[in-house]
Amino acid sequence: MSHDTLSELLSKQFNTSILNCTTDFGMRTYTVALPELYAVLKFLKDDAACNFFFLTDLTGYQSADEQHLYVVYHLHNLQTNQRIRVKSQMPIQKPECHTVTDIWPSANWMERETYDFFGIQFKGHPRLKRILNVDEMDIFPLRKEFPLEDQTRDDKNDKMFGR
Amino acid sequence: MAKINQNAAPTETPDKDRFSTLNLGPTHPATHGIFQNVLKMDGEIILDAEPTIGYIHRAFEKLAERRPYAQITPITDRLNYCSSPINNMGWYMTVEKLLGATLPKRAEYHRVIIMELSRIADHIICNTIIGQDTGATTGFLYLFQFREHIYDIFESICGARLTTNIGRIGGFDREWSTETWNKINDFISRFPQALNEFNSLLERNRIFMDRTINCGPISAERALAYSFTGPNLRAAGVDYDVRVAQPYSSYDDFEFSIPVGSQGDTYDRFTVRQEEMRQSLSIIKQAIAKLPSGAMHADLPDFYLPPKEAVYNDMEALIYHFKIVMGETDVPKGEVYHAVEGGNGELGFYLISDGGRTPFRLHFRRPCFIYYQAYPEMIKGGMLSDAILTMSSMNVIAGELDA
Repeated sequence: MSHDTLSELLSKQFNTSILNCTTDFGMRTYTVALPELYAVLKFLKDDAACNFFFLTDLTGYQSADEQHLYVVYHLHNLQTNQRIRVKSQMPIQKPECHTVTDIWPSANWMERETYDFFGIQFKGHPRLKRILNVDEMDIFPLRKEFPLEDQTRDDKNDKMFGR
Repeated sequence: MAKINQNAAPTETPDKDRFSTLNLGPTHPATHGIFQNVLKMDGEIILDAEPTIGYIHRAFEKLAERRPYAQITPITDRLNYCSSPINNMGWYMTVEKLLGATLPKRAEYHRVIIMELSRIADHIICNTIIGQDTGATTGFLYLFQFREHIYDIFESICGARLTTNIGRIGGFDREWSTETWNKINDFISRFPQALNEFNSLLERNRIFMDRTINCGPISAERALAYSFTGPNLRAAGVDYDVRVAQPYSSYDDFEFSIPVGSQGDTYDRFTVRQEEMRQSLSIIKQAIAKLPSGAMHADLPDFYLPPKEAVYNDMEALIYHFKIVMGETDVPKGEVYHAVEGGNGELGFYLISDGGRTPFRLHFRRPCFIYYQAYPEMIKGGMLSDAILTMSSMNVIAGELDA
């Protein structure tokens, strides 16, 4: 299925929930409203024409203004060899989204990893706990509010390089 | 005569007395890396397993947000350290995709040679260790000479053996020396015979077959549900290979076949890797035969260190030298996903750039992190010794697992 047919199909099914659709470096990206995200992903997996049955990757990132978190899914239809990216935005005060572990079992650890690093709560996940970091950790380290280097050091002055 | 009640129910033993808990790892010599599994055992049968990972987590994704693009390459070395050059090349290709650079064919063919050599090195480790875990040490010691040989080739190209940091964004830093080519030719002429000998030690060996057939099997359906990639998915019978599905670095110029298995068990994973080594060898031969002439790097002065002479005599070159060493090169904005066929599956790089000198966000799609979660399902109902064998045949690399 071409990108355009898929876009038409999705906008017919979900109408206003598909907020944005761009193509970067050959990959179509759909930005989906958070309430409909689970339904869209389920449709992409189950619909015979879409058939995105392979979850390549699931991760998150924080927006540049630090006010939002994104969850990003890379889907792959191995039969037609088509890849798409689906993402959704959530406010940082309430980072909650529906789990997809019932659609793709492989999402289990990837959601745990995303929770571990960004604090996104995946509702309905069978066992949402930290996976790579220690259980006692009380921050979500990949958020931008945690700088990599110790900010109290003054021996590493980068001002000369304009940063 | 005492009366025996035939219908009496067997006395219930509480779970904690019937089953035992076994803590396998984190540092167990048989697991070849830092893996912990808490096993629930009924005698020698595994009822349940609970893997714990993260023992060597090194915060690569956070580190990458602070480093200039060229300095991220050493991080990728330490993902799957059995085939570092593939990770390096995958990372370069991601950046080149973002920059919109096209490489000369010559550089791409050199990359293919390097990647296939490291695929062979990766598969040598995995397959000989399967042999080792079944009790056949001979193959392990014999074939490791050739892994050593491959590392010698890497050393003569870039000076490093394991964590290679080989090449540059845009190609290679220099032509390969005659010594390198001699080593490669020597490898090509000697390796096939050794591989066949290793094969004849194990492939039709009754003991090995009894030990590995139907050990840790997974069906194609479950493998796809668990997002398996690489030899593990192909052993289950799905012919997905990134080199063919989304050809990168001129892979579409070469003729090769994708071996597939049928049962998805340890034996199939072993035989798929054996055949892949032969295919890799054939790709290397084709690449050498068809090696085009031309430059070794793309026209990307921002990422390619100028010759030292030019740095001393030429203003332009000095500026570029300084910018590269200090990591002061801005890249375009964009969101890229690029995947390469790593030693154990689809290695993906999801890069978001905000236009600065460092990535805004970099995520590694690490194949063994994703498929290792199927491990409990694969070993349930099997023996403990099969669990060890299943793990080594899955080619789970701790460095990649924990990032």
